[in-house]
This record gives sequence, structure tokens and C-alpha cells, in this order.
Amino acid sequence: MTPGKIDSEQVKHLGKLARLELSPEEVADYTLQLEQILGAITSISAVAADHIPPTSHPIPMENVYREDIAVRGLEINDFASGAPSFEDDRFRVPRILGEPG
Amino acid sequence: MTTEYQAVFAEFEPIIGLETHIELGTNSKMFCSCSAQFGGDPNTHVCPVCLGLPGSMPVVNRVAVESTIRMGLALNCSIAQWCRFARKNYFYPDMPKNYQISQYDEPLCSDGYLDVTVPTENGPQVFRVEIERVHMEEDTGKLLHAGGAGRIHGATHSLVDYNRAGIPLIEVVTKPILGTGELAPEIAKAYVSELRDLMRALGVSDVRMEEGSLRCDVNVSLNRQGEGWGTRTETKNVNSLRSVERAVRTEMVRQAEQLRLGELIILETRHFNEETGDTTSGRSKEEAEDYRYFPEPDLVPVAPSESWIEKLRGTLPEIPSVRRARLQNNWGISEFDMQSLVNAGALELIIASIDAGVQPSAARKWWTGELTRVANERDCELEELTVTPADIAQIEGLIFEGVLTDKMARSVFEGLLDGEGNVAEVIDSRGLVVVKDDDLLVEAINQALSESPDIAEKIKSGKVAAAGAIVGAVMKSTKGQADAAKVRTLLLEQLGVKE
Repeated sequence: MTPGKIDSEQVKHLGKLARLELSPEEVADYTLQLEQILGAITSISAVAADHIPPTSHPIPMENVYREDIAVRGLEINDFASGAPSFEDDRFRVPRILGEPG
Repeated sequence: MTTEYQAVFAEFEPIIGLETHIELGTNSKMFCSCSAQFGGDPNTHVCPVCLGLPGSMPVVNRVAVESTIRMGLALNCSIAQWCRFARKNYFYPDMPKNYQISQYDEPLCSDGYLDVTVPTENGPQVFRVEIERVHMEEDTGKLLHAGGAGRIHGATHSLVDYNRAGIPLIEVVTKPILGTGELAPEIAKAYVSELRDLMRALGVSDVRMEEGSLRCDVNVSLNRQGEGWGTRTETKNVNSLRSVERAVRTEMVRQAEQLRLGELIILETRHFNEETGDTTSGRSKEEAEDYRYFPEPDLVPVAPSESWIEKLRGTLPEIPSVRRARLQNNWGISEFDMQSLVNAGALELIIASIDAGVQPSAARKWWTGELTRVANERDCELEELTVTPADIAQIEGLIFEGVLTDKMARSVFEGLLDGEGNVAEVIDSRGLVVVKDDDLLVEAINQALSESPDIAEKIKSGKVAAAGAIVGAVMKSTKGQADAAKVRTLLLEQLGVKE
């Protein structure tokens, strides 16, 4: 993919990966919006120098760990009501097309 | 099957590769403090992090990193001085975040090897399997497909339990394994078995295969001899040692058939059917691999210091192959005998029996003899039998005390294998107790002597060999519950004869 360039075929493909059903109007809208976002990022790329590694975390830190101690988390009542559908103590989701990921 | 399998090699050479996921035996999950215990009531080991709730932040489990480094060291890998986690993006409800945190182009461990031993016609052969990488990631939730008899096809909806989501996994990936020839299935099985033993020896996982804590993806391709590599298929979620061997074999035969018909092999994911041993087509691979990996911005890099790595190296146990060589030497058995008891899955059980107090020779005798025979008959693994190392220690102790004879011990094993209860219960219900009361034995001896006065005379006149007939009669009258040597001693005493 050329930086700052995105076409409607790529947007359709992303929609498919994200399991989103996009109308032709939405594809056109998103193509335009994504192109603007990528354009902004391209202007940053223009000043990126070879000797500066890409940043993956804003604060220079390494080796942050948690001790291996198990703690009781949430109770079902804490989160079940936030789910669109909940059944038999499990999250109910629509039928999955295709095979498991 | 065999001939069909042999025929593959007339035209083709296989290349295999294995990706093995193993759940670590930590107390808590990879990125949050929820319990990493197997099972539990649905959605009771969950928190905002592993439910992917907005604003929640992951923090890495120190023991999971240490376990991965130890595994890497045991597999002769280099440990990265600096590496990051990556997001693997995909939309499927087994991961509520819509991505799985994994490692991509910066694995914690890389470039190692594992030597495995496979039985061949010319004796055991050592084969070096090269390791590409060992990396950390998190397990996914469990989906229950409802409304279609539990199958994905025809299901009306699915129910998700996130207890498993976030349990630390390590993934061990081999380099393409070349030059295996016909031994490809055996090498695949031996490799996974060795990997399992190594994990157990390191204490980083108890590898409960029946609970799905070890899952293997099997890559297979065939090429015509002298030509370039063929297209591979990836058979997913092969969950037992036997299935790994079968999946490689079946896929080789299937691909050979396709290629002979002039058809192309498609780069795809296949599913292994445990019951039939067949593989069936899943999704095409190109599309599935569109994961859009990028460095995980919510986690900081893992940069193990030299001193931390060396400290962990100091905790490595004796590796299984070295341990086997030592035990083989201690027990004074041949490499062939050692290999066959390893293949029978008896090694750890024998060691556990010895640890429980059984003599090495007796432990080997029971596990590789009677018990292996029964396991083969029932088509199951030795460790699935209802006999434990502790049972063997108890039975051997009773033999030593003279409470059980060898023959009665076999009857106890029969009872244990048939689920008649524990050792004491089987002895009790089968009435298996050696007659130790001397008076009762003397009575039985006198009875036998009075029934055969001629033999009694022979023995008295010095023909000690004739004693066998009387001992036999006593054993018969006590229904085999006497100790024959003891009967013989008492008999000679009774007649005033010395050996």
C-alpha cells in the first residue's frame, strides 16, 4: 500500500475483515476519510529520519511485570447486564459464518 | 493403508513443520490477575482486561516470561535482548478485544533445536528438529455452538465463556523439517512427545493433553523428488500424540492422491477429525493471514538482562534425553528396552513408582508387562489405567511382607483394572490373603501327608525332591493362598528332614 493512498477495494476488504457490511455510499465515505487520515500520517513520515526507530510506546520504559498472583475478578452480575445478550452464564453471540479463527 | 502410504515415497518427498501451543501452568493469566485454572463455572475467571472492556490495561505476568525464557534455553535458543508484543487483529468472538496479544516479528526466543529419538528397523535413530522460534501469547475464549447439535454448521447462535481467554500460551514453531522420508509421522509424534516431557521437566506446564492444554498445528507439503517445495496445508488443533502421527500420515496420502491426479494443493487450513483420522478443508489461508499485526501500544518491551537470563539458566533441570541416558545406565538396560518403555508411555510411571518405594526392576516389570498389555488391549494410554504408582508400591510392599504371593498380586491388578476399588478393597472382596498362620499350614501339611503315606516315606528316606508333591497338595487345599517356600520349610521341619 502506498502511504497516503487507499482505494475503495482496500476499504471493502477491510470491511470484510472487520465483519462490517458496508453500503457503496459508506465505502465511498470511508475511502475519503481514511485517505485524509493517511495523508496526515504521511506528512509525519516526511520528517521521519532513518536513525530514529519508530515509536511503539510514548514513554521509554522496559520490563514492567506483575507478580503471578491470582485475584478474583468480576462477578457475573457486574458485567452480564452490559452485554447485548447473555444466556446460561455465557455471552450470547450471533451465529458465526465460516470457521473458527 | 501401509501400502498406500509406502507408495507416496516412490514419487514424493515430504516436508513437515509443527506449531505447538502449550498453556503455561501459572497461577494467573498472561496480562491480568484472573485465575489461570482450567475450567471453573463459565465466566468466573474474568475481569475488565480479559473481557476487553474499554480503558482496561494489560500488565505482563513475570512468571510467564520466565517460563518462556527457560523453555527457550532448554531448546537451545537465543534469547532476544529486546522484544515486543504485537496485536493480531481478527474479528471472532473468542477474543472480546477483537485482537489477540501475541508476538510477531520479535519473538522472545529463536533459532534452537530439539533432538528426538525415533524407533526404526535399524534401532533407535536420533533426529535433530530445528526450532524457528518460541513466543508468548494469550489463549482465546471457548465457544459453544448452540442449536445445531454443537456443530458450527447449522448452529443458530454461539455462547462464549472467557475463562480461558488470556491464559498464557507459549507457541513453539519448528523450521521446515526436511529429510524425514517415511519417518515423518513418527518424527512429528516423537517431537511433540519430547516437547511435552521437556515442559513437564521444567515445571512450566503439566501439559494436560486431555484438557486441551497442548494443541498442535501440523504443516505438510510434498514435492516430487528433485523439484522445489510443494504447497503446504496446515491441519489445525491436533490434540494428542497419536493424532499428530495420524494427521501427518493421512495428509501425506491425501496430497499424493491429489498430485497424482494432476490437481494442485491449495494453501489452506484443514481440520482433523479425531474419530475418522481424516482431514477436511477449512478456510483458504491467504485471507486468514490478513491479521494486520502491529506493536502492542499498551505494553512496554521485554528486555531481559544477561544476569536475569543466567539466573534462569541456573534453574534448568536435567533435560529428558540426558535423564533417560542416566536412568538407562542405572537400570542396566539396553537402549532398545529404554526406547520401548518410553514409547509405551511408561517412563514417568516407572519413575513415580520407584519414587514411591518400588524396586526399579519390579516397577519396569509391572508397567511394561501386564499393564502395557492391558493398555494395548483397551487401546488407551498407560496413564489412563486405574492403577497408580502408589498402588504398585502398596502391592509390592505386601508381597515383601509375605501377605500376597506374586500370583495373588496379579489378581489384585485385575481387580484394580476392572474398577473393583482400591488395593485393600480388592484384596478384601477377592479374599486374597496368604495363609500365614503356621498351625493352619501344619494342619494342612499333616492332612496331605496322611493322604500320601508313600511320598511321606520317600521324603523321610532322604528324597527331598518328592516334597514338591506335598507342597502342591497344600497349595491346592489352601487355594493358592499359602507361601510355597514357607510350606516347604514347615514340611521338612515336620518330618525332621534336612536339605
